[in-house]
Amino acid sequence: MDWLFFTEVTLAGLGSGALLSLTALSFVLIYKATRVINLAVGEILMLGGYLFFAFVTAFGLATWLAIPLAIAGGALFGFVVERTLIRPMLGESSISVLMLTVGLGSVLIGATELIWNTDPRALPDFMGQTPVFIGEAYVSRKIAIGFVVSALVIALFLLLFRFWRGGVALRATATDQAAAYSCGINVPAVFSLAWMVACATAAGAGLLVGAIGGISPTMGVFGLSALVVVIIGGLDSVLGALIGGILIGLVEAWAGTFLGGEYKLVTTFSILIAALMIRPYGLFGTVEIERL
Amino acid sequence: MSTSSSPVETSAPVAAHLAVDGLGLWFGGLKALTDVSFEVKPGTITALIGPNGAGKTSLFNCISGFYRPRAGSIRLDGVDITRTHPPERAKAGLARTFQNIALFKGMTVLDNIKLGRHAHMKTNLLQALTYWGAARAEEMELRAEVERQIIDFLEIDHIRNKPVASLSYGLQKRVELARALAMRPRLLMLDEPVAGMNREETEDMARFILDVKEEWGISILMVEHDMAMVMDISDHVVVLNFGKVIAQGLPAEVQGNPEVAAAYLGSGDPAELMRRLSGVGEAA
Amino acid sequence: MRIATAKETYIADEGLLVTATQRAWMGVLLAMLVLAPFMLNQYWLYLACLVAINVASATGLNILTGYTGLVSLGQAAFMAVGAYTVAFFEGQVGTPFLLNILAAGLVSALVGVLVGIPSLRVKGLYLAIATIAASVILHFVFTHWVSVTGGVRGINVAPARFFGLELASPFALYFVIVPITCLMVLGAANLFRTRIGRAFIAIRDRDISAEVLGIPLLRYKLMSFALSSFYAGVAGGMWAYFFRVVTPESFPFATSIFFLAAVIVGGLGTIIGSVLGAAFMTLVPELLKYVVDWLAPIFPNAGAALSPVRTIVFGALIILFLVFEPHGLAEMVRRARRFFHLWPFRT
Repeated sequence: MDWLFFTEVTLAGLGSGALLSLTALSFVLIYKATRVINLAVGEILMLGGYLFFAFVTAFGLATWLAIPLAIAGGALFGFVVERTLIRPMLGESSISVLMLTVGLGSVLIGATELIWNTDPRALPDFMGQTPVFIGEAYVSRKIAIGFVVSALVIALFLLLFRFWRGGVALRATATDQAAAYSCGINVPAVFSLAWMVACATAAGAGLLVGAIGGISPTMGVFGLSALVVVIIGGLDSVLGALIGGILIGLVEAWAGTFLGGEYKLVTTFSILIAALMIRPYGLFGTVEIERL
Repeated sequence: MSTSSSPVETSAPVAAHLAVDGLGLWFGGLKALTDVSFEVKPGTITALIGPNGAGKTSLFNCISGFYRPRAGSIRLDGVDITRTHPPERAKAGLARTFQNIALFKGMTVLDNIKLGRHAHMKTNLLQALTYWGAARAEEMELRAEVERQIIDFLEIDHIRNKPVASLSYGLQKRVELARALAMRPRLLMLDEPVAGMNREETEDMARFILDVKEEWGISILMVEHDMAMVMDISDHVVVLNFGKVIAQGLPAEVQGNPEVAAAYLGSGDPAELMRRLSGVGEAA
Repeated sequence: MRIATAKETYIADEGLLVTATQRAWMGVLLAMLVLAPFMLNQYWLYLACLVAINVASATGLNILTGYTGLVSLGQAAFMAVGAYTVAFFEGQVGTPFLLNILAAGLVSALVGVLVGIPSLRVKGLYLAIATIAASVILHFVFTHWVSVTGGVRGINVAPARFFGLELASPFALYFVIVPITCLMVLGAANLFRTRIGRAFIAIRDRDISAEVLGIPLLRYKLMSFALSSFYAGVAGGMWAYFFRVVTPESFPFATSIFFLAAVIVGGLGTIIGSVLGAAFMTLVPELLKYVVDWLAPIFPNAGAALSPVRTIVFGALIILFLVFEPHGLAEMVRRARRFFHLWPFRT
C-alpha cells in the first residue's frame, strides 16, 4: 500500500469532513433551538455560493466585501424564513415542518435555475493556488483553507455556547422551552438568532464548498451528506456534528478512492443505518425518554 | 350476538386473582419499588394508596408490563406473567386506565372503545382489506356489544361519534374506563380514576366502579388519592411509601395504623388521620 | 340543510357511504371513470393513468405515514422494487400480467418489512432519514445487480398481455390500471373500519399506550410498512407496464418527496386526501405547461422557464398548504360538505 497516497486521501477526507461538520452545525443549531430538521440547509449552502458569485460577477464587488455580504445574506434569509414560515408552524407535527423546509429547498433550487440556469460555474478564486504540503503529502490549498476556517468557526461556536449569554440561552431553550421562557429568556429571539446564525453558517460553508468544487443548482446534495453526519452524531449535539463530520468525511474519501465514487453514498448510509440500530438517537444525541 | 340483557355473557370474563410477590424495581441507584407483595382477590376492589412518589404508578407499570421488574414475580390466576409482553397481558385479561389520560386523539369515542377489544379479535389483514364475511360480522358483533354493554352502561351514548379531544376531562376519564371494559378485563387497573373530578363526577365514577365489580364480576386494582372514596368502596387497601408496602388490610384497619398516619401526616397520630380522611372529598 | 340521517342498523351506520348524497356522488364518479376512456384523447388518458398509478402509491404512503405516523422518504424506492419485479418476471419468467403485478406488490412488501425493522427502535425524524438510507442502498442494488436489473441501462418491458390482447396504449392500460387503483383505495378505506386500521391509528397517536392496550407494536409497524410498500410495489409494477422501461433513475429520491408532498397536500390520515393529493400534484405541472404555452407569445423564454417554474411551484404548494391548510384538500372538501349540510341556516 502506498502510504503517501493514503495520507493524501486521508487529509483530503479530513478537509471535506471539516466542511461537513460546519454544515452539520447548521442542522444542529436549528434543531437544538426549534426542534426542526431543516432539510433546506443544502440549498442555503447553494444560496451562499450563488450570492457570492453574484456579488463579484454581477455587481463587481471585491471578494473581501462579497464574502461577508454573502454570509449576511444567509443570515437575512434565515431571519425571514424563521419569522414568516417556521414560527407560524409552532406546535405542528415535526413531519409538517420538515416538509416545509423541503418545499423551501425546492423553491430555492427553482429560483436559482430560473436566474442562473442549470450550468455549473466556478467561483472567482479568492484563496490562491499554491499547494500546501504537510510533510511530503500534498493537500489542495483550498481544502486546507476550508479545513482551517471550519475548525476555527467550530471552535468559536463551542466557546460561544459555553461562555456567551446568547449561547447559554440557546442551550437552556434546547433543554426546556417553557422553563427557559419562565426564566426570562426571550425564546422567540433565540429562535430567530439560531436560524440566522445557522443559515449564515450554511452560506459560509457554501462559499468554501463552492470555491473547492464550483457551484451549481445541484450542489445542495452536500446537505444530504451533512444530514447523515447529524443523524449519526445526534441531532442536538455539537460534538456529534464535529466527530460525525470527520468520520463521514474520511469514510467518503476512502470509499470514493479505494472502492469507487459510486460507493460513497451507499457506504455512508449503511453506516447510518448501523449507527441508528445501535444508538437510535445518534452517538451523542439526547435520548428521549418515553412515559406512559 | 346474544339477546341476554345482562352485561355478563357466557364469553364474559371471570374475575381474576392477582398475586404480586417480592417485586423490586430500580433505576440506577434509585429504588422505585422494594419487596412489594400483595394480592387482589377475585371480585374485590383493592386500593393502592400512598403519598406522591411512593411508587404506585411504577407498580402499575410493572403489572401492565411497561416496566420490567428487577426482582419478584407477578402471577395472574397462578400463571407467571412477569416476563410477558404488554399485549399478551392485555389478552390475558389485564386492562388499565392511565393517570394522564391516554386516549387516541385522532379517533372518535366509539373507535377508542372498540380499540380496547383488539387483542380478542381475529380479523386478519386480507379480511380487513375486503371487509367481507368474518371481518364484517366481527365488527358488527363488537359494535352491538359495545353499544349494549358499555355505552349504555356508562351513559356516554350522546358522545359516541365525537372526537375525544373535544370532551371534558371527566368524560375523557369515563371513555378511558369504557375502553378498558372493552378489553374484556378480568382484572381492571384504574390509575387515579377520579383525580381532578368534581364531587358529582366522582360520585358517578364511584358508582360505575362498584357496578363493574358487582355486575361484571371483575377484580379491580385502583390507585387513588381521594381517601373518602377509597375508604368507601374498597375491600382491601395497600399502603405504599418509598416503594415499600407499609400496611395493608381492611380500610378501617389501615386508617388506624400509626405508620400510615406518619407517612401521610408526618406524625403518628391515627386519630388525626381519621379526622382528615373523614373530611369530605379532601384529597390526601 | 340535511335532516334525518339516523340509521336503523349498525351495518348502515358503519358503511363507507352513509348518506344518499354520498352514494349519488360516488355513482357519478364511477360513471365518469367508466366513460372517460371514450371521451378523452390520448394525452388526457395518459394523464389519467399516471394519476391512477400515483393515487395507488400515495394511498399506500398515507397508510404508513398518515395513519400509522411512520414518516417514510422511501416510497419511490419501493415503487422501483415493484417495477423491477415486473420487468424481471415479464422478461425472464414470462408469467401472466396480473400475476406479475401481484408479485411486484409482494416482493416490495417483503423489502418494506426489512426496511421497517428499525422502526421499533428508531423513531420520528430519525426513522425518516433511515428510510432515505434504505433508498440509497436499494439504488445501489439496482445499479450493481446487473444480471437482474440490467444495471444503469435498465430493462425494457414488453407490453402487458391480457387474454391475448396487447395492452400498449393508454386507452387499453386504463382499463386495468384504474380498476386496480380503485380496488386498492377501497381496500384502504375498508381497512380503517376494522381492528387493524384502529391499531395503526393508535400507534400513531400514542404508541406506548397502544402496546399496553394489547397491540403488538413491532408486528403492526411492520404490517404497515408491508402494506404501504405493497401498494407502492403494485403502483411501480403498473408504472413499468405503462412506461415500458425501468432504470435506476426511473424513481429518483425526488419521487419519494413527491409522494410525501402529495399526501400532505391531500390530507394526512384520510383516504380521500391520498386520492386528491396525488391527482392534484400530478396535474399541476401539466397545467403549468398550458400556462407556459399561453405565455409563449408574450415571453419568448417561457418554454425554457417551465422546468424551474415547476420546481418553484412544487415547493410553494407544499409551503402554502402547510401554512394555510395543514389538513390539506380533504379538509377543504369537508368544509364544503359542511357548508351544504347547514345551508341555508348557517353559512
